[in-house]
Amino acid sequence: MAGLSLTFCGTDLIALPTGALWWQAERLLVVSDLHLGRSERIARRGGSLLPPYETHDTLARLDADIQAMNPASVICLGDSFDDSAAAEAMEDASTLWLTRLMAGRHWIWIEGNHDPGPISLGGTHLASVTRGPLTFRHIAEPKAYAEISGHYHPKFTLIARGQRLSRPCLLIDDRRIILPAYGTYTGGLPCTDPALAALIGPEGRAVLLGSSPVSLPLPSRNGRPRASTAS
Amino acid sequence: MTALPTALADWFATRDWELHPHQREMLARADEPSLLLIAPTGGGKTLAGFLPTLAELSDGAHAGLHTIYISPLTALAADIRRNLRRPVEEAGLPIRIEDRTGDTSYTQRRRQRADPPHILLTTPESLALLLSYPDAPRIFAGLSRVIVDEIHALAESKRGDQLMLCLSRLQRLCPGLRRVGLSATVEDPAALARFLAPTSGTCAILEADPGPEPDISMLTTRAEPPWAGGGGRYAIPDVLEMVRRHRTTLIFHNTRAQAEIFFHELWLQNDEGLPIGIHHGSLSREQRERVESAMAAGQLRGVVCTGSLDLGIDWGDVDLVIQVGAPKNVKRLVQRIGRANHRYNAPSKAVLVPANRFEVIECQAALEAARAHELDGEPRGPGPRDVLCQHILLSAAAGPFDADALYAEVVDCGAYAGLSRPEFDACLDFAATGGYALRAYDRWQRIVQRDGSWQLRDPRAAAQIRMNLGTIIDTETLSVRLRGRGGAPLGEVEEAFASTLTPGDTFLIGGEIVRYEGLRELTVEVSRSPGRSPKVAVFNGTKFATSTLLTHRILDLLQQTDWPELPEHTRRWLALQRDVSRLPEPDRLLLESFPHDGREHLCLYGFAGRNAQQTLGLLLTKRMEDSGLHPLGFVATDYATLIWGLDPVTEVGGLLAPEALRAGLETWLAGNAVMKRTFRASAIIAGLIERNSPGRRKSGRQATFSSDILYDTLRKYDPNHVLMQITREEALRGLVDFGRIEEMLARIGPRVDLVRLDRVTPFAAPLLLEPGRIPVEGAARERLLAEATQRLLSAAGLS
Repeated sequence: MAGLSLTFCGTDLIALPTGALWWQAERLLVVSDLHLGRSERIARRGGSLLPPYETHDTLARLDADIQAMNPASVICLGDSFDDSAAAEAMEDASTLWLTRLMAGRHWIWIEGNHDPGPISLGGTHLASVTRGPLTFRHIAEPKAYAEISGHYHPKFTLIARGQRLSRPCLLIDDRRIILPAYGTYTGGLPCTDPALAALIGPEGRAVLLGSSPVSLPLPSRNGRPRASTAS
Repeated sequence: MTALPTALADWFATRDWELHPHQREMLARADEPSLLLIAPTGGGKTLAGFLPTLAELSDGAHAGLHTIYISPLTALAADIRRNLRRPVEEAGLPIRIEDRTGDTSYTQRRRQRADPPHILLTTPESLALLLSYPDAPRIFAGLSRVIVDEIHALAESKRGDQLMLCLSRLQRLCPGLRRVGLSATVEDPAALARFLAPTSGTCAILEADPGPEPDISMLTTRAEPPWAGGGGRYAIPDVLEMVRRHRTTLIFHNTRAQAEIFFHELWLQNDEGLPIGIHHGSLSREQRERVESAMAAGQLRGVVCTGSLDLGIDWGDVDLVIQVGAPKNVKRLVQRIGRANHRYNAPSKAVLVPANRFEVIECQAALEAARAHELDGEPRGPGPRDVLCQHILLSAAAGPFDADALYAEVVDCGAYAGLSRPEFDACLDFAATGGYALRAYDRWQRIVQRDGSWQLRDPRAAAQIRMNLGTIIDTETLSVRLRGRGGAPLGEVEEAFASTLTPGDTFLIGGEIVRYEGLRELTVEVSRSPGRSPKVAVFNGTKFATSTLLTHRILDLLQQTDWPELPEHTRRWLALQRDVSRLPEPDRLLLESFPHDGREHLCLYGFAGRNAQQTLGLLLTKRMEDSGLHPLGFVATDYATLIWGLDPVTEVGGLLAPEALRAGLETWLAGNAVMKRTFRASAIIAGLIERNSPGRRKSGRQATFSSDILYDTLRKYDPNHVLMQITREEALRGLVDFGRIEEMLARIGPRVDLVRLDRVTPFAAPLLLEPGRIPVEGAARERLLAEATQRLLSAAGLS
């Protein structure tokens, strides 16, 4: 699979085109913010009846990544379900699919703000987990080091030859990685947002998703990148 | 014959007012179940509509609501209230008149529901809202007449479709309800009559004396119009001279951005300080009201404006209309011209100012058509089903309903007369369950069937449904304010425009240059910045396609060997195009291919109107993408499509094969931006996507996701979902306009000419400056991203 190699706190990682992160040495796949059951939760709360296919779509991509990498371990970095009831209300077919993906792997559900409690699916439920030098949790902690988190759904917008390009992105600096949202029904927070700018240092980079992910320097704090004027 | 009440007749007599023949006729035919009055502006249409109501109410015997007056403009409702109250009060008639719009206070609106006035002046949206309350039958009890003003304008939009669905509901609540439509001159009165009347009824048409022939001409200017661009700035000295020579001038522009630039430049040259204001829909209400009242008080000599002044308020003293930019549509031009000189028997005076040389040709064609009384108009398709979906939800908000009765009510609207029961049921199912192939929402249906009637599962959903009411889809805008505590609001700009600004950038709004300081929550903060040349705000001005009638007239004009009726500069320009390349012909298709500014361009002169040219852009870029030609984007105007990309096009026969184009139409749904835009609008109207209220947007930006994701998901998993069907229906009539592509293909046959040039041609130049560019998602994007990455890396010294 066409990923982008990253070196992070002494580990060799690969950012996959889907937004998943692959750690070959540990045969570990990391995905964040699946938001499974999103449309069900919105309907349950009296909102719109959105096309109820996002769980299927998200699982299909996860299935493909798992097929391609054959991980020994999978870490879902929180907000895997849009809420705990959405996990319970999931269609049987989706639950079976997920169970099949989990079979034979060490599967870790990190708790997120949407899904703080354990769910009836298997796997291990943890607030955070440490593997080798790396710590995995849902929301980045300002003082953390060698941390991989999700939560913010970062996206990157650039203007090139007068065109606007906007893509979900992974953010990385020498202390932390923030993963993009993997779920189908997820929006993005611009990586220039103060919440993200406070976490990722000025030397940080963004890895834009796409058929082959590319790495770009982060835009300056008060402006946006203008590729057309940077030559 | 309904007689004019004596008190009112006396009041008219003391003012030496005499009723026009059509006003008397309206009284005489007050009992017609449906009546359409067609009269020129200034013909006292509105009074004509109200006379029977005033007569019927003069004895004070009627209790409750008698007449509802509906106008497309809030300001018009308020204006009519003032104009109508005066004779009623001075003649001492016992009639209560009130308006009710989005601007009406909460307490007044609540009181109106409890105790309705005799005459209620309102808008289609406010009427729909009233009908969505459970007590609607009580509010409307006794309603006898409904007057739809400016019905020609409403009939061209979904607001009109929603209104007619509401009238059907009213008709059921009040079986004796009589309908009156008031219209400006239109090309097909019978079609408008079918739109107004119930399917089960008939509609009489009353055409007033059209008055004297208007005096229309093209402005002779000292400077020549530019080769390209819009706005007509070159003509400012001549426009100022015209303003000086007239009492009050309306200066119409086709877009808000052009109005802004023109106004700014006008004031730079307005040495005498003639009082001239600006009015358009992106300005704050305070700003617009200031201009309106100055205008009413006769304090202004001119107003630079857009379509926001197309309708409504009678500016009594306007004696000249200037149309800057090509009129696109003869009917609208004629209606605009009618804004000048509201005295019934004086000719209206108008001058056209072409913004560039191509528009000189279009203005000439429009002049000739107007003089020949040829009006254009494309027939409107069947009633849109996204509006129906909203209507069903609003019906549920009003209380339990019977599906058979609702269907009967819907097909009694002219626009929906052909709606089949399965089509209706699909909309009902959508409103109830989402209508998905995967029946996922049994527990969470929005409306459910209990004891045979449909009702809201959760009655609290009514509030949310009402919040989503309406068919006007705004692009997301941000308000613009001066920085500082209590900074004055200046207007609004599109969010997409705001996102391209960096602090220090300047743009025009309300005629002044402002400097972008930053974004604070959802407000663009600016400071005044005199004397710098501005970036221009991009407003979402409506773009009309030049009518078939006009494009045919233009093509015919181009065939002349010489053009003595056109100004010398345009004659020379046409000749130059003929020398450098060739002139488009009605029975051939001209394409030009040339490099410009680091990109390759292909220009196709189809003369099929903006929407069809846009469709051609989509179809061709798709085919170019498949052929590895790396298209990047395109822009369409009424006469041409310009495509740019990374590679030159040297052969077009395959690209333009009619079968391939038709096949492309079937498959082109493949994720293009125009379809997504069409889907978004329909999804909002149908209630799938809730309108963004400012609070929601503020609270969770990363929680909201784009409607494009929903579209992509439906395409993948449920391609025959009713909203996908609606999107296709919408695309066929509105943005796609494939009928005009077929018309063009039939016209050109196999006669296609590709001319390869080493630079941009005289005809292609204006296209390079057109706004509204549409990006092509494809391999070129990845290549571009790679290039941009490389440049950034090199700049950072990293490679």
